Amino acid sequence: MVETQNIIELSNITKNFPDKVVLDDVSLSVKKGEFLTILGPSGCGKTTLLRLLAGFNSASSGEIRIDGKVMTDVPPHLRPVNTVFQRYALFPNYNVYDNIAFGLKLQKVDKQEIEQRVKRALKMVGMTDYEHRDVMSLSGGQQQRVAIARAIVNRPKVLLLDEPLAALDLKMRKDMQMELKEMHRTLGITFVYVTHDQEEALTLSDTIVVMNEGKIQQIGTPTDIYNEPCNAFVADFIGESNILNATMVRDRLVRFMNREFECIDEGFGENTPVDVVIRPEDVYIIRNAEAAMFHGVVRSSIFKGVHYEMLVETPDGYEIQIQDYNSFDVGQEVGMLIKPADIHVMQKERTENHIEGVMVDATHVDILGENFECLPVENISAGTKVDVAFGFTDVELTDDADDGTSWGTIRFILYKGDRYHLTVRTDDGENIYVDTHDVWEDLDEVGIKIPPKALRITPLEK
Amino acid sequence: MRLLVKFFSRRRNWSLPYALFLAVFVVMPLVLIMVYAFQSKDGGFSFENFERFINQPEAANTFIYSIGIALITTLICLALGYPAAYILSRMRPSSSRLVVMLFILPMWINVLVRTLATVALFDFLRLPLGEGALIFGMVYNFLPFMIYPIYNVLQKMDSSLIEAAEDLGATPRQVFTRVVFPLSMPGIVSGIMMVFMPTISTFAIAELLTMNNIKLFGTTIQENINNGMWHYGAALSLIMLVIIGITSLFSDSSETDAANDGGLL
Repeated sequence: MVETQNIIELSNITKNFPDKVVLDDVSLSVKKGEFLTILGPSGCGKTTLLRLLAGFNSASSGEIRIDGKVMTDVPPHLRPVNTVFQRYALFPNYNVYDNIAFGLKLQKVDKQEIEQRVKRALKMVGMTDYEHRDVMSLSGGQQQRVAIARAIVNRPKVLLLDEPLAALDLKMRKDMQMELKEMHRTLGITFVYVTHDQEEALTLSDTIVVMNEGKIQQIGTPTDIYNEPCNAFVADFIGESNILNATMVRDRLVRFMNREFECIDEGFGENTPVDVVIRPEDVYIIRNAEAAMFHGVVRSSIFKGVHYEMLVETPDGYEIQIQDYNSFDVGQEVGMLIKPADIHVMQKERTENHIEGVMVDATHVDILGENFECLPVENISAGTKVDVAFGFTDVELTDDADDGTSWGTIRFILYKGDRYHLTVRTDDGENIYVDTHDVWEDLDEVGIKIPPKALRITPLEK
Repeated sequence: MRLLVKFFSRRRNWSLPYALFLAVFVVMPLVLIMVYAFQSKDGGFSFENFERFINQPEAANTFIYSIGIALITTLICLALGYPAAYILSRMRPSSSRLVVMLFILPMWINVLVRTLATVALFDFLRLPLGEGALIFGMVYNFLPFMIYPIYNVLQKMDSSLIEAAEDLGATPRQVFTRVVFPLSMPGIVSGIMMVFMPTISTFAIAELLTMNNIKLFGTTIQENINNGMWHYGAALSLIMLVIIGITSLFSDSSETDAANDGGLL
C-alpha cells in the first residue's frame, strides 16, 4: 500500500552509467508539502536522482512513484513536476512573458488566465513589469527568478530545483534562500532541492538527505543531521567537526586522546572501537589549565567575524579544532572542557579492510586486480575464493602510482585529530581504507603496497 | 637595409602586404567593373549597358531563370540538409565528427572534376542531361555548405533548453517547433547565404551538366566577356553583385549574429 501522505516514492533505484554505478539501490519517500534537500559532494549522484524524478534519465532498475502513479518510464512532458535548472535554461528566443507562459500555452490555458497567472508569478518572484524584457539582458539573479516563475506558474505537484543558487554571488544567494523558503510556505508545493552547500541545506530544509558515492548516508531534520550524524562522512560533510578514533569502555564512558570521558551514549557494548564527533563550538577553552579536563597549546587562531577559529595541540599530538568568542594567543597554554552531552559516539563502519580475492598459489593472492605476495598459507588450494583482511595502518601509499603492486585514487580524506583516514578507490573499483600521517590531496593517484605479513587470509564458505 | 628593418619593426606596417593584395585583387577589379559598366563602347559615360539589359529580354530572362534555379537549389539543400544536420547533432560527438568529415570530403576535390564525374554518372545510368541534372549537380555541390552551419548551431545548443521545454510539457514535436527550430535560425540563414549566393553565378556546372543547352546568368556574363563585350559584361556583373549585396544586407539585419553562430561566414 502506498501512503497518501507521500507524494514521491522511490524504491530500490539503481542507475548505471557505462563505466560506473551512479545510484546504488536508493529508496526514498517525500511527504506532501515538504522541503526536502538532497545534499552531497559533486559526483555523489544527487543531480542524477533529480533528473530521474524529472524524467530526463531513466533508472536502470527500481520504481518511481509520483502522487501515487508509477512514473518510472513516463516521459518528462507528462510528469506533474517542473524543474528549475542550475544554469536557468531560459529560452533566448522568447521574452520574459513568453518564457513564463510557455507551459501554460502548451496546456491551451485561456489567454486571459495565462496573463493573470504570469503576472502573479512575476509578482511572486519580485519581477513585476519585466514582462517584455529580453531574457538575455537580465542579470543572473533576475534570470533565476524568471526561471522559478516559469516553473511555479504551472502549479506542479513537485518543484525540482537543481542547485538553483550555485551561480549567484553570496549576498544574492542569501536573499534568494529567504525568498525560496517564503515561496515554499505560500505555495504549499513539495520542493525537492539539490545542493552541495551544507549551510544552504540546513537553512532551507524540512528534511535533508545526505548522499555520497551513490548511496543515501542519512535522512533527517537539519537538527538531527547536525547533532546526530550517523557516520564519519556525514559528520565531516555537515559543518566543522573533530572526528576521533575512540573506544567505548562501557556504557556512558568513552576513551579517546588517551583519557576517559563521560558521555551519554549507551548500548555499544564494552571495549568497542567507535568514532566520536565533537563540534568545534562544543569544546570549552579556558585560561586556567588546572581546572581543565585536558590541556594543550594554541597552534593557530583565525578571526572569523563572530568567533575565533583555533587549532589546539595536546601533548599527545592530537589536534583539536575549537571555536570560541574569546581570543587566545598562538603559543599560549590553555585548558579544555567537553560536556558529556556534546560527545557524540558513532558506530565505526569498519575496523579493518576486508576484500574478496582468489588464491593464485601458496604465496600469492589475487586482490584489487593484482597479484599480492602473502605469507605461505596451508590447506587453501589455488583458485579458492578467500577473504583478505588487513589493517588501516598496514597499507603503504607511494607517490608514484607505478611503484606499488596496485594503484588507486584518493577519494575522501577524513582528519582524525592525529592521523588521516583515507578512502582509496583502486583501479578495479574497490575501496580500501588507509590510516596515515602523510598529507595527501583529494584525487591524488597513489601506488598501493601491502607487506605480505599484514595479509590475513581465510577461505570463503561456498 | 636598416630602413627596411625599421619599417617592419612597426607592427602596423605588417598589414601592408595584405592591404596591397586586397587593393590589387579585390578593390581594383570592383572599381574596373564599375568604370566599364558605366562606359559606352567609345569610352564616354553612359547608361547604355543597363538600358540594353532592360530592353533586351534575353539577358534579363536568363537572370530571372538563374535566380529561380538558385532558389530551387537552396530549398532542396535546406530540405535535405536540415534533417541531416539535426541527426548529426544528436549523434555521439566522435561519430558525428566522422560523418561531417565524410560530407565535407568531396569539397577537397576540384568542382570541375566532381561535375565531370556527375556527367559520367548520368551517362552511365542513361539519364538525360538537362535541367534535372543541373539541379542535381548544384545540390550535390552545395549541400555541405547548408549542412555545416546548421549542424554547428544545433550541436552548440544547450541541451538543458530542450530539457526545459520537455519539462514544461512540450511533446517532442513541440520541442522542435517552439525551441530547436527557432534557435537554429542563425544556422539556416547562414546556410542559405552560403548556397544561394554562389549558385546565382555558377556557369561551369551549368555548361557541363546541360551540354550548353541551358544558360545561367554566370554563363551569360562569361560569354559576353569572352566575346570582347567588356562593357556589357561588366554591367551584368554589377547587377549580380548588387543583388547579392542586397540579400546579404537583408540577412545581416535580420540576424546580426548569424555569421558568428553559423561559423562558416
